[in-house]
Amino acid sequence: MKKLNVMFFGIILICLALFTAEYELNKDSGGGKSDKVVNIFNWGDYIDPKLITKFEKQTGYKISYETFDSNEAMYTKIKQGGTSYDIAIPSDYMIQKMIQNHLLLRIDHKKLKGLSNIDSKFLNLSFDPENKYSLPYFWGTLGIIYNDKYVKASEVKHWNDLWNPQFKNSIMLIDGAREVMGLTLNSQGKSVNDTNANDLEAAYRKLKKLSPNVKAILADEIKVYMAQNESPIAVSYSGEAMEMMDDNKHLHYTIPSEGSNIWFDNMVIPKTAKNIKGAYAFLNFMLNPKNAAQNAEYVAYATPNGAAKKLLPKSMQRDKVMYPSNKTIAHLEVYDALSQKNLSKYNDLFLQFKMH
Amino acid sequence: MKTRGLYFSSYVLWLIFFVLAPVALILYQSFIGINGHFTIDNYENFFKVSAYLQMTFNSVLYAALITLITLLVSYPTAYFLTKTKYKQLWLMLVILPTWINILLKAYAFIGIFSQSGPANNFLEWIGLGSHQLLFTNASFMLVAAYIQLPFMILPIFNAIDDLDESLINVSHDLGANGFQTFWNVTFPLTLNGIKSGVQVVFIPSLSLFMLTRLIGGNKVITLGTAIEENFLVTQDWGMGSTIGVILIVTMILIMFLTGEKKRRRR
Repeated sequence: MKKLNVMFFGIILICLALFTAEYELNKDSGGGKSDKVVNIFNWGDYIDPKLITKFEKQTGYKISYETFDSNEAMYTKIKQGGTSYDIAIPSDYMIQKMIQNHLLLRIDHKKLKGLSNIDSKFLNLSFDPENKYSLPYFWGTLGIIYNDKYVKASEVKHWNDLWNPQFKNSIMLIDGAREVMGLTLNSQGKSVNDTNANDLEAAYRKLKKLSPNVKAILADEIKVYMAQNESPIAVSYSGEAMEMMDDNKHLHYTIPSEGSNIWFDNMVIPKTAKNIKGAYAFLNFMLNPKNAAQNAEYVAYATPNGAAKKLLPKSMQRDKVMYPSNKTIAHLEVYDALSQKNLSKYNDLFLQFKMH
Repeated sequence: MKTRGLYFSSYVLWLIFFVLAPVALILYQSFIGINGHFTIDNYENFFKVSAYLQMTFNSVLYAALITLITLLVSYPTAYFLTKTKYKQLWLMLVILPTWINILLKAYAFIGIFSQSGPANNFLEWIGLGSHQLLFTNASFMLVAAYIQLPFMILPIFNAIDDLDESLINVSHDLGANGFQTFWNVTFPLTLNGIKSGVQVVFIPSLSLFMLTRLIGGNKVITLGTAIEENFLVTQDWGMGSTIGVILIVTMILIMFLTGEKKRRRR
C-alpha cells in the first residue's frame, strides 16, 4: 500500500511538473493579448513558414497557426466555437455551407488592397457570388495520374478509359464520395453536382463495374505509392500530382476533356473572429503579389493571383498540371454544397461501391 | 471506511461521466434523424439497406478470423514463454511493440508489403515471383493479428504461469501422456485466460478502421469505416450513432456468448 501511495503521488508530481513546464514554454513563445494575435486555421503544410515570420515582422502581429485535415473537421470546430479563429481557409462547397449557416463575416472590399491582382476568372464564382465572404488562396483540379512505364498517354484520355479491362487491379482512387461519384457522372455526360435519383443510381451501377480495376481507395498515401511505382494509374488532385511527379519522373497528370472538378481554397473570416483588424492585415498581406508568389513557389499549388503568377519561374508558369489551358478550365465544375439528404445519398452509394 | 468511500466516489464519477453519459448520448443521437427530429428512421435504414447488414456480417467475420489467427499463434507462444528461463524478459519483448503507435506500425507494413519491399524481394529470391501483397484480405488480417497479438498473449501467459505445477505432475504420475495432460488439465484450466484474450482482441477488431484503409486499401469495409464516414464526411451523427449502438449491442452479445460457452464446457 505504501508503495502504491508513493507511485500515485509520483505520477501526480510528474503531471504537475509537466503542466508548469508547458505553461512556462507558452509564456516564453509570446501569446500575449488577443488583439496582437492572429489565429489562422489552415490545411497542413499550406503556407511558406517564412511568410509567417515576414508577416509578424511587417505588422507586429503574432500568428498562431493551427491546421486541419478535412473541411468537415474544420467546420465542426468553427461551429462549436472554442478557439476564435480570425482566418480560416476552407474549400468551395464548404464555404457555401458556412455562408448558408451564417458562420462567416462579410469581407469589406474597401478595406482590401490589391484585390485587382486576383485573376477575374477566379472571382465571383457560384459558391460565393461577388466574393462577399471569401478571397481565393489556391486552386486546383481533379485528374488522372499515370506512369508512362506501364500506360500510354493515349490510353487514359477520358474517364471512361478507367473502365478498360486491361487496367485490372491497377487504379488507385481518392477516398471521396464527391470525387468518385463525380467522375462517374462526368463519364456519363452528367454534371458533378447532379442530384437526380435516377442519374445517381445509374452512376452507381456503372461504378460497380469499375471495382475489378480498383486496386485501393486511399487518401494521402497515394502520393507515396505512385512515387514507388506501386500502381500504374491513380485519380487524385493536381497539387498531389505535382508532388508525386517531383519524386518520380515517369508520372504524368491529365484532365479528361469531358469535364472534371475544379476546386478552390479561399480565405474567410469566421463569425467568431476576435481580431478583425489583424484578419484584414493578413488578407492584404496574402493579396500582395510578391507574397502570393513566394507562397505558390513553396506550396506548389496554383495561385489565383494573376500578378503573382507572373513573378513565378517560367517553368512553373507554363506547367500544364498546375495551370491548365482556359479551354480545359471551361469544362471544369466547382462542387456545390449538397443538401444533407443528397450528401447522404452520395456517401451511401460510395460506401456500397467500396464494399464490392 | 471514509477513505474507501472517497475512492469509490471518484470511481463512480468516472463511470458516470466517461462511460454512462457517452453511451446515453450515443443512444439519444441514434434516434435523431437528418432533420433533427426524434425518429427510428436510422434503425429502419440500417436494416433496410443491405449494405449495412453485409458490413455488419463482414465486421464480425473479420474480427472472428483475426481473433482465431491471434489465438492460434498466441497459445503456443505463451505456453513456451512460461517454460523459458528469463520469461519476464521474453514477455516484455512480446509486449514491447505495444509501446509503438499503431499508425507507425501500419506504415512499416506498407513498406514491407509494397511491390519493391522486403516481403516481395524474399518471394522473388525463393523463386515465387513478386505478388500484390498490399490491399488484400490476407495482408489486412495479418497486420491486424500482429497488432493484437500482445493483448492475446498476455492473459494466456498469466493463466498458464499461474497454473499449479503439481497438477501437471499428478497427471503425469497417473499415467497421462503429454497431449492428454495438455488437453485434459492445462487447456481447461487456462480457458479463462483464453476467454479474456478473445474478448480483448475481438471487440476492438470489430471496429478497426484505420487499417482497413492503410493496409486493406478500403477493399475491406467494416462498421468502423461506416461510422467514420457518417461522422466526418456526411456529418449525419444520427446514423453514425445508430451504427455505434449496433456495435455495442453486438459486443454485449459476444461477451454474453463467450461467458456461456465457458459454463457449458465445465
